[in-house]
Amino acid sequence: MTTHTLDIRDLRISLAGQTLVSVNTTINPGEVLTVMGPSGSGKSALLAAIAGFLGSDFTAQGEVWLGADRIDTLPAEQRGIGLLFQDPLLFPHMSVGGNLRFAMPAEEPDKAGRIAGQLTAMNLGGYENRDPATLSGGQKARVALLRLLLSRPRAVLLDEPFSKLDAHLRQDVRAQVFAGLIAAGLPCLLVTHDADDAAAASGPVIQL
Amino acid sequence: MKRKLAKKNFVLPLAPILLGLLVAGPVALGLLMILLPAFGYLPAIGQETLSWQSWTALFDTQGLGQSVRLSFVAGVVTPVIALVSVILFLAATAGTALDRLIRRLVSPLLAVPHAAAAFGLAFLIAPSGFLSRLISPGLTQWQRPPDLLIINDQLGLTMMLGLVIKEIPFLLLMALAALPQLDVPRRVAMARSLGYQPVLAWLFTVAPALYPMIRLPLFAVIAFASATVDVGIILGPGLPATLSVRILGWFNDPDLSMRLLAAAGALLQLMVSVLAILTWLVLEKLIAQGWQLWQASGNRSRFNRSLKMMGFTGLSVATVLLLLSVIALLINAFAGTWRFPSALPDAWTLRHWETTLTSLSGPVINTLVISFVATVLAVILVLAALESEQRHGRSRFTSLWLLYVPLLVPQVAFVFGLLVFTEFMHWQPGLVLVILGHSVFVVPYVFLTLSAAYRRFDPRWAQIGLSLGASADRVFWHIKLPMLLTSSLTAAAIGVAVSVGQFLPTQLLGAGRVPTITTEAVALASGGSRNVIAIWALMQTLIPMVGFILALAIPQLIWRRRRAMRSVT
Amino acid sequence: MARWLRGYLAALVISLGPGLPLLVLAEPDPADWDSVLKQATGQTVYLNAWGGEPRTNEFFAWTASQVDERFGITLQHVKLSDTAEAVSRVLAEKQAGNVNNGAIDLLWLNGENFASMQHNALLYGPWAEQLPNFRWVDADNNADMRKDFTIPVNGFESPWLRAQLVFFHDTYLIAQAPRTMSELLAWAQRHPGEFTYPRPPDFLATTFMKQALLELVPEPEKLYQPVTNSDFDAVTEPLWAYLDALHPVLLRQGRSFPASGAEMRRLMADGETALAFAFSPSEAAIAVDRGELPDSVRAYTMNGGTLANVSFLAIPFNATHKAGAMVVADFLLSPEAQLRAQDPDYLGSTSVLSVTALPAQWRERMQLIRRHPAAPSEEDLARRLAEPHPSWVVALEDAWLQRYGVR
Repeated sequence: MTTHTLDIRDLRISLAGQTLVSVNTTINPGEVLTVMGPSGSGKSALLAAIAGFLGSDFTAQGEVWLGADRIDTLPAEQRGIGLLFQDPLLFPHMSVGGNLRFAMPAEEPDKAGRIAGQLTAMNLGGYENRDPATLSGGQKARVALLRLLLSRPRAVLLDEPFSKLDAHLRQDVRAQVFAGLIAAGLPCLLVTHDADDAAAASGPVIQL
Repeated sequence: MKRKLAKKNFVLPLAPILLGLLVAGPVALGLLMILLPAFGYLPAIGQETLSWQSWTALFDTQGLGQSVRLSFVAGVVTPVIALVSVILFLAATAGTALDRLIRRLVSPLLAVPHAAAAFGLAFLIAPSGFLSRLISPGLTQWQRPPDLLIINDQLGLTMMLGLVIKEIPFLLLMALAALPQLDVPRRVAMARSLGYQPVLAWLFTVAPALYPMIRLPLFAVIAFASATVDVGIILGPGLPATLSVRILGWFNDPDLSMRLLAAAGALLQLMVSVLAILTWLVLEKLIAQGWQLWQASGNRSRFNRSLKMMGFTGLSVATVLLLLSVIALLINAFAGTWRFPSALPDAWTLRHWETTLTSLSGPVINTLVISFVATVLAVILVLAALESEQRHGRSRFTSLWLLYVPLLVPQVAFVFGLLVFTEFMHWQPGLVLVILGHSVFVVPYVFLTLSAAYRRFDPRWAQIGLSLGASADRVFWHIKLPMLLTSSLTAAAIGVAVSVGQFLPTQLLGAGRVPTITTEAVALASGGSRNVIAIWALMQTLIPMVGFILALAIPQLIWRRRRAMRSVT
Repeated sequence: MARWLRGYLAALVISLGPGLPLLVLAEPDPADWDSVLKQATGQTVYLNAWGGEPRTNEFFAWTASQVDERFGITLQHVKLSDTAEAVSRVLAEKQAGNVNNGAIDLLWLNGENFASMQHNALLYGPWAEQLPNFRWVDADNNADMRKDFTIPVNGFESPWLRAQLVFFHDTYLIAQAPRTMSELLAWAQRHPGEFTYPRPPDFLATTFMKQALLELVPEPEKLYQPVTNSDFDAVTEPLWAYLDALHPVLLRQGRSFPASGAEMRRLMADGETALAFAFSPSEAAIAVDRGELPDSVRAYTMNGGTLANVSFLAIPFNATHKAGAMVVADFLLSPEAQLRAQDPDYLGSTSVLSVTALPAQWRERMQLIRRHPAAPSEEDLARRLAEPHPSWVVALEDAWLQRYGVR
């Protein structure tokens, strides 16, 4: 498995001439960088800029590199940046298996076998044909993580991914997500305002 | 890892331009082609010098002032009554059982085309109509129908009533689509905490925010009411008829020089509609000032009861009238002998259907083909334009005003110009022209319905899709389209309903060779029996109704194993 | 392939027309009927005819099935709400230089429109007298087969039905019916609100006025001359006096008039009026059979006779399918079609064929057709008044609208 560093070089995002956020940092494979800050501090804009969804009223300066590739000039689908949101956002019109299959690269061999194996590994064996709407909150979060990993991202951005989970689930899910991402050797950027998330990520923290 | 370079899509950015041109182009062209003959230039009949002649002839026409007055009054009074009914209803019934019932009825009611509603109303309230029969002779002692001038009355009151009961569901639907963006419960709760009674709280906090959002549809109502042809023929006065009905007569006159007069009349119609909208703008200012005074008075409870009553009755009466009109059509379609004052037919029969069946098939197939093709064309173009908008930014060609143009310019004013143009180009009238003509009116409604859903669609779905490595096209086909299926089908159903109801473009651009249910129904108004008219009007209602039912049923069927998709609307 | 589908595809091809060079057919020669039949095979004939009456529409639907079966012709009935629309289209086509590919192949005309189309050279002909079935008309002994509203037809129109003004009243409501136009006024004054008549431009409006004029004017011959030969105001003065007296006792006090004959009939069906009229002897009978009018309705003509004319079919000068149009016109003249047209179970009209000229087998079948109790008697129908000169129609219409057009 090839691993990369996510290199954010003097990235500055501004809105109507006002600088919102300015970051210059490097995230190593298997490392989770946490960005903390109050709402309106530009956390979401930062993620959007890296992932390639920055609205046209914002301007971004600087460069983003993944290993030896400069990615900030590429369209979103070619950047290899995976996303996890507050909500699991499983496509409601596809089965669990359909969601996973959609994420896998076209050239992937034996998709069905791989999906079955991964689901079993996540304690979701035999769930391929389930309607995502029938899953519990924790199950949905696990499927979302699995979908992300199956798309073979080269880096992952997490936008307050645990804030909507019940307290008793949060720790489990959090542990599982970080374990999965770190095991995959992915550089991760976590945006949150929950100090526990930052602690669990056990990586460097930037305070905006 | 190597990634494929995305193919650049060159067609998509053209979609908004195509959409804007399809909608505004024919209007502009039609108006231009009416402008020339209005000032005496029509080489086809050897008129090549500009002059005011057709205008002097127009103003010399007997009863012109009365025709203009009828059209203008209908254009102002209809929207006032419809708007007041809708606003008061929403204010008075928010959250009640009646509110839920009417919300459920509004789409099916919208499916009743204007001509069908007009026929039904005529069958309902004529001196020998269903209502009169219900109360005779018991309450009235009438053994014969009373000699009352109700249908085709000189003031056009019945015509306006027919327009009002049709426009109310339209405005209500537009208002219901806008309301979720206004956070109504919070606004009302806030005002009530300040001591305002519920209806006033709604009127003071929600109505002023809602009004700008339904203003454009309201202008469309003004333009339609001031220039309607089919409702005018069926319910409007005859001596003289409304301006638009007379223009149609002049255009069809065997004396071709009357076309110059008709062209001038069409421009006059445009002015009448514009004047009605200007009048509305003045009224709007006055009402806004009065509203502020009322609000500033700080009165918290006056009128609450009476406003509530009005809110309940106005819309209920309109809804019941429309429903009874459809019932009157149903009864007539199966009625045998039916002497006055029997409330119900003395005998029921299927004979009218048997004899009509052979002549139904052609027009029904035409109607289905035209509405299907025009709607599919419209949905594809609108989806392409909206997708282009999300990828490449908003285009000037999809600005709301531009797309509303065909709804704001009276049909009589520019469809005739289009006819002149097609004759000038030697284009054969027929199916293709009719379908294009219908698209001009279908596209705006499809765009209005679909754009709201498309622009509201959570952008994170597409972001997730792209971040999983799917191309923008794949995200469109596999994520956006299925998730917006219900909205697309609803928009298509509305498109079909709009197409089915078109009379003027079908009649003119098809040269009568493309008979649809609507053109046949209006032609029969001059000939057929009540029973046959009822059958055509019912068929006219049935097709859009089936469209709405399919738009509801298909997603339920496809997503029967996807719970979240069935609750999403 | 179903007929509608074939017609549909034909319509589709034609509407795609602008891009295709259309074939211009050689003019058919009606004297060589076999060649006409050959040319007609496979043609789609657009018959433009009033579409306001379901049973007429059904008759044309039957005609379409027959000519499809016998001659391979697809007949499309373009339903007009006003014949003027078709006249206006032919004129527009001529002005636009369309001389070969007209949209109308066959047209059901009235005398007024025939005169105006002849005047503008918008018709093709002569062709009608060469139709094989024309001989059954026996035109030499029936002069009205060669005149339309006093205008000589000269083979530019083919007759297909007789029509006559017939009054009908509901005997259940009012036993006595007026038998002259003057009596009608007195009747209406005794029974206010029991009668009304259609407003112009419906042709029944001018029909009613012409009927009244023929009885009221001292010199009816003037009406058979162009209107410009007379002092219109002086001639029509008795008519306006008559209408001025009549209108206040009409339904709705003459403030509103029905738009058409069918609407007038609907008013009778609803029990609003007790007297109505139609330009078809069998209209009342058929409406009774269909349950549209009560069976107490009886039809009759005026003592001094009523207006009668012949309905004709014409081919526009630029018709695309002239051969097909001739074959359809000839079929409509055939004893078989005429028999069905006369049969009260179908159209219930009056045939243009001369019973005495027909071969024996058809003569018998014609004579066997039952008379409906609600239909007028033979003697009633024998009292015919010829149509005045067509120029009176427009003049009367204008004058009426001038006087009563704004209420």
